[in-house]
Amino acid sequence: MSDIKVTPLGAGQDVGRSCILISLGGKNIMLDCGMHMGYNDDRRFPDFTYIAREGRLTEKINCVIISHFHLDHCGALPYMTEMVGYDGPVYMTHPTKAICPILLEDYRKITVERKGEVNFFTSEMIKTCMKKVITVNLHQVIQVDDDLEIKAYYAGHVLGAAMFQIRVGQSSVVYTGDYNMTPDRHLGAAWIDKCRPDLLITESTYATTIRDSKRCRERDFLKKVHCCVEKGGKVLIPVFALGRAQELCILLESYWDRMNLKVPIYFSLGLTEKANHYYKLYITWTSEKIKKTFVQRNMFEFKHIKPFDRAYIENPGPMVVFATPGMLHAGLSLQIFKRWAPNENNMVIMPGYCVAGTVGHRILNGARKIEMENKQIIEVKMAVEYMSFSAHADAKGIMQLISHCEPRNVLLVHGEGEKMVFLKNKIKQEFGVECYMPENGETSVIKVKHNIPLDTSLNLLKRQLVPADESEEPDPKHLKILHGALQMRGSRMQLTEPSVAFRELGLEEYELRFTCDITLEEEGSVSNTTDRIYRLLQREFPKCSVQFSNDGSINVGDSVIVKVSGEDDCKNILVSWSHQDEDIGSHIQRVLRPEQS
Amino acid sequence: MKLICLSDNPSKPCFVLFFKGVKIMLDCGLDIKQILHYIPLLVVPGFQVSKAHTWSQGGDKRNRVPDDAAQELKECGGRLLVDGNPEFSIPETGIVDLSTLDAILISSYSCMLALPYITEYTGFKGTIYMTEPTFYIGRLYMEELVKYVERNPKSSIASHWKQENIIKNLPAPLRDAVRPRQWRKLYTLHDINSSLSKVQLVGFSEKLDIFGALTVSPASSGCCIGSCNWIINSKYEKICYIAGTSTLTTHPRPMDQSPLKNADVLIVSCLTQTPLSLPDPMIGEFCLNAAVTVKNGGNVLVPCYASGVTFDLFECLSGHLDQCGLAGVPMYFLSPVSDSTLAYSNIFAEWLSAGKQSKVFLPECPFPHADLLSKGRLKNFSSIHTGLSTDFVTPCILFAGHPSLRMGDIVHFIELWGNSPSNTIIFTEPDFPHLDALAPFLPIAMRVCYCPIDTSLNFSQANKLIRDLRPLHLVVSESYTHPPVLEPLRNDLTVDFDPSPLTYKQGEILSLPVKRQYEAVEMEPELANTLEPVEVKPGTAIAMITAALVAKDNKYVLKLLPNLHDVPKKRRADGSLLWRKPYIFGTPNLQEIVDSLKQNGFTSLRVEENDSGSIIHLVKEDSLIQIDNNSTHIICQGEEIRLRLKEVMLKCLKQL
Repeated sequence: MSDIKVTPLGAGQDVGRSCILISLGGKNIMLDCGMHMGYNDDRRFPDFTYIAREGRLTEKINCVIISHFHLDHCGALPYMTEMVGYDGPVYMTHPTKAICPILLEDYRKITVERKGEVNFFTSEMIKTCMKKVITVNLHQVIQVDDDLEIKAYYAGHVLGAAMFQIRVGQSSVVYTGDYNMTPDRHLGAAWIDKCRPDLLITESTYATTIRDSKRCRERDFLKKVHCCVEKGGKVLIPVFALGRAQELCILLESYWDRMNLKVPIYFSLGLTEKANHYYKLYITWTSEKIKKTFVQRNMFEFKHIKPFDRAYIENPGPMVVFATPGMLHAGLSLQIFKRWAPNENNMVIMPGYCVAGTVGHRILNGARKIEMENKQIIEVKMAVEYMSFSAHADAKGIMQLISHCEPRNVLLVHGEGEKMVFLKNKIKQEFGVECYMPENGETSVIKVKHNIPLDTSLNLLKRQLVPADESEEPDPKHLKILHGALQMRGSRMQLTEPSVAFRELGLEEYELRFTCDITLEEEGSVSNTTDRIYRLLQREFPKCSVQFSNDGSINVGDSVIVKVSGEDDCKNILVSWSHQDEDIGSHIQRVLRPEQS
Repeated sequence: MKLICLSDNPSKPCFVLFFKGVKIMLDCGLDIKQILHYIPLLVVPGFQVSKAHTWSQGGDKRNRVPDDAAQELKECGGRLLVDGNPEFSIPETGIVDLSTLDAILISSYSCMLALPYITEYTGFKGTIYMTEPTFYIGRLYMEELVKYVERNPKSSIASHWKQENIIKNLPAPLRDAVRPRQWRKLYTLHDINSSLSKVQLVGFSEKLDIFGALTVSPASSGCCIGSCNWIINSKYEKICYIAGTSTLTTHPRPMDQSPLKNADVLIVSCLTQTPLSLPDPMIGEFCLNAAVTVKNGGNVLVPCYASGVTFDLFECLSGHLDQCGLAGVPMYFLSPVSDSTLAYSNIFAEWLSAGKQSKVFLPECPFPHADLLSKGRLKNFSSIHTGLSTDFVTPCILFAGHPSLRMGDIVHFIELWGNSPSNTIIFTEPDFPHLDALAPFLPIAMRVCYCPIDTSLNFSQANKLIRDLRPLHLVVSESYTHPPVLEPLRNDLTVDFDPSPLTYKQGEILSLPVKRQYEAVEMEPELANTLEPVEVKPGTAIAMITAALVAKDNKYVLKLLPNLHDVPKKRRADGSLLWRKPYIFGTPNLQEIVDSLKQNGFTSLRVEENDSGSIIHLVKEDSLIQIDNNSTHIICQGEEIRLRLKEVMLKCLKQL
């Protein structure tokens, strides 16, 4: 049996830089190729030298699969394909392919143009990289090569997010990417069928959290925003351009409508309209409710939400601003934060997870003084609120997914080590399956066991499906016994009736026959003795046929002949059988031979 | 394996396939053509087309049609048409028990309009499989029909005329109506919802398991958004069903050929309905005629469906009008579902051609009609009553349904514009013979153009495709094996295949020549470990298996026998062994046996050879061993000696 090997290059007991290598059935697949937002040095990208010390990766990897457009899942892709070198196929869904290059370009601009880094991937590289992408539809089974196939399932998390099933022969792995098991305002819940993979690789961001009801959180969020603007404060909501932003926009838009509020809501310029247009064109990837009503009213056309201009930062009066990026690690959101942080009337709401090392992460951990890169120190007086809107499955959701797809093994990635341990134990306890949580660079080997497929002759099968004993009711629980000859030619296994197999192989059965004489001193006629032996044999072999044949001999089973001859006082019993009935033949000998004194 | 054809029209197919104990319906087309026998329904309730008048029966008293039947009929444009609520010719439902259908596979939205007749009020318990666009657009097509029929309800259902003794006395073409007694009135919105609630959506190349017995998988067919062909696989057999398929480049995702290759049986339906005209020149002609008409101040009327080729027409025509400097001529699109079909056309990028897909990456709408709509060059309305009149500008080009000309807003516009020779009606839809469709409006002054655009496979494309796919057996409509009636000498307009194809025809049951030989059975590794394979030829080994067979959900697994001691004595009812053990074979030569005997302490041997074999006498043991090619007979007295001899012999042989 071949094993499945999994090595995370990123996201092993960590969040960020997702990049997981798996090898099954002789194929090597890279799951995601992300960057780490907590680092600005080499550590921001996965260590591709693990795959090949030098040279290109095309020969080493059969395909790359990108689960969704977040940079911690696709941010290293142009680096890997263009700078390290990979020309094989890259798979992603349509919305991911549409949106991913925009975010990559955005990321490149911030890194190169604002931070002035050199030796980074270029716009041209992003374009060439995207040319290597092959799009997949949900549930479409894509044949990567003759043996390797992949299939995408809906994951909910962001527009176009997918879980992937990877299959080689009988071995299969499901990789969840990031997913969400509860539908939200604009996306549906993740779904997978009972595909029983050998291994489920699941994210575990919220390994220990059970989140309260979504409605409460939404109400809480609206109340906080409303309170703050009523007091004349400014609300900053750092978001990523696509995903959570749209959900919160829908939420605020309808609340503003209902409460008849006039306070301006802004969305940082550029990406917004484009982003919303993507949502309009990829309506099939959103929630059932939005799909149903989109002909009448497209939820992504906002009335109250207007594009933001940098000049508005200094505007007096209350406002709500959605600004990118989401973890306050760079860009406009950080710029606004620096200006607004010193005022206690203002508020920043972090609607999602923040990677260690980012400003977002630091203020959420209670830091009130933040040192910037240029040694400038920012005093944080504004209110800092954390609202978990990020669309990850919580512990309950993860358990739900496991029970849906019934994996034989589970492997945790994309989470924090200590929390994983807790979840790991819970999974082992509840489902009785092995659970792994390798660190980055550590390889987990998962043993798999599969049934062996046999091409079985229909004649043989049909014959076996009738119950052995006609008196027995056809009972599905009743043991059915199959007996056949298995021919093995290379990898072909063919199960047929023995006679057919022998004929096909040109084998002739060899007959080995035994004949013994037993002398009995018994009075009476030959036929009397024959009758006696006949009855004796019937008793001894209740399950065999015991019959007289035309010449007065007794036949037992398929090949045994018992014939009595001799005089009135002495009988000669000839017993003859073929080797296949050795059990009967030797047993007859035992019962008929006079006790040896 | 059997195939039953339930539809009379190979372009609106409906089959039932029996395979491995599973009953699958392939497509569920509604042949709307028969409603051409009805009087058109006007948009305004209570009104009738101007040319309809009561039927004055002439002629012979003996053949006179009774009054109750005659009142149901109207003379209209020189034809006798039925005046009543339109009824539809549905698939033949008498042959198959619909409650036992396991699954229905739908190939496209134009081949599913009879679904409610099959799945509702019939006890149907199965699942319907179709792609997402097929589901949404198909629903809209059904709703459109319902809206057309319901918005001008006729009180009466005409049925007297259908009686056999009456219909045979009616004039043609009504006399030739196909099985009118089986026509049924249209379903309702409720029926549509209930029927479509049984749908499971599928993606291209998705592999769906049907009761563990079969895998079915849709492959893009390039004919319209979301259209597909179906591959039905068991582990060892493959049946492919080709429905509406196009190898041309239009807006849908191109056809995927490779999964259809090397089938045991290839079933082909939905070939072109207009074998004499090619789509490309027809589109050119369409644009030309439309442009000339509006240039001269006339209006153009295009009977059309609410999706499909209509979108290509918008694209081509707007481009052509630009070139002719007629960009200011408005295009109107009327259908109760036009809002939805236009909106849906924007969101199915994954199901479109690569060119249209890449626009969405920008992000732009995939179809140019989105741009035409936003610029106001194309305007859509649900009917003439919903705002059309407020900014109606002529000359214009008006697309409206229904292409049968028996219902929908189109009827109103033929009445309105029919009297002016400067107007033109252009027929593009191949589903309806245009002269029959137009009959109730004759005589008509407006110009009539016929530019049928059928992107389905024509015969030369189909023959080439079939040659490439190399099926073992081909199954086609009986009508595809001879040339069209109007072109009896065009033998090139037939399907040509060797061996000659099997043919289907409505109501006929066809046995498919597929002989199943194998079934997939899995062996547990624990059982595999107990096997003792013996190499009998280089590269070929054999092992005997005796195992418990577990059958569950049509899957078979071999497991270790729970208790090996009990079962070997089991025999069948006829006394034969359930299995035999051991099997022995081999061709030992005499010398081997003799040597082996000597090694085992049998020393007093006397060997006799004759023609048929040889005999070894064991003098001391008073035993005989008769040996010939395939057998050995050991004759001895003592059990102990017999067992020793047995061991010697078995060593010289191979056993399983």
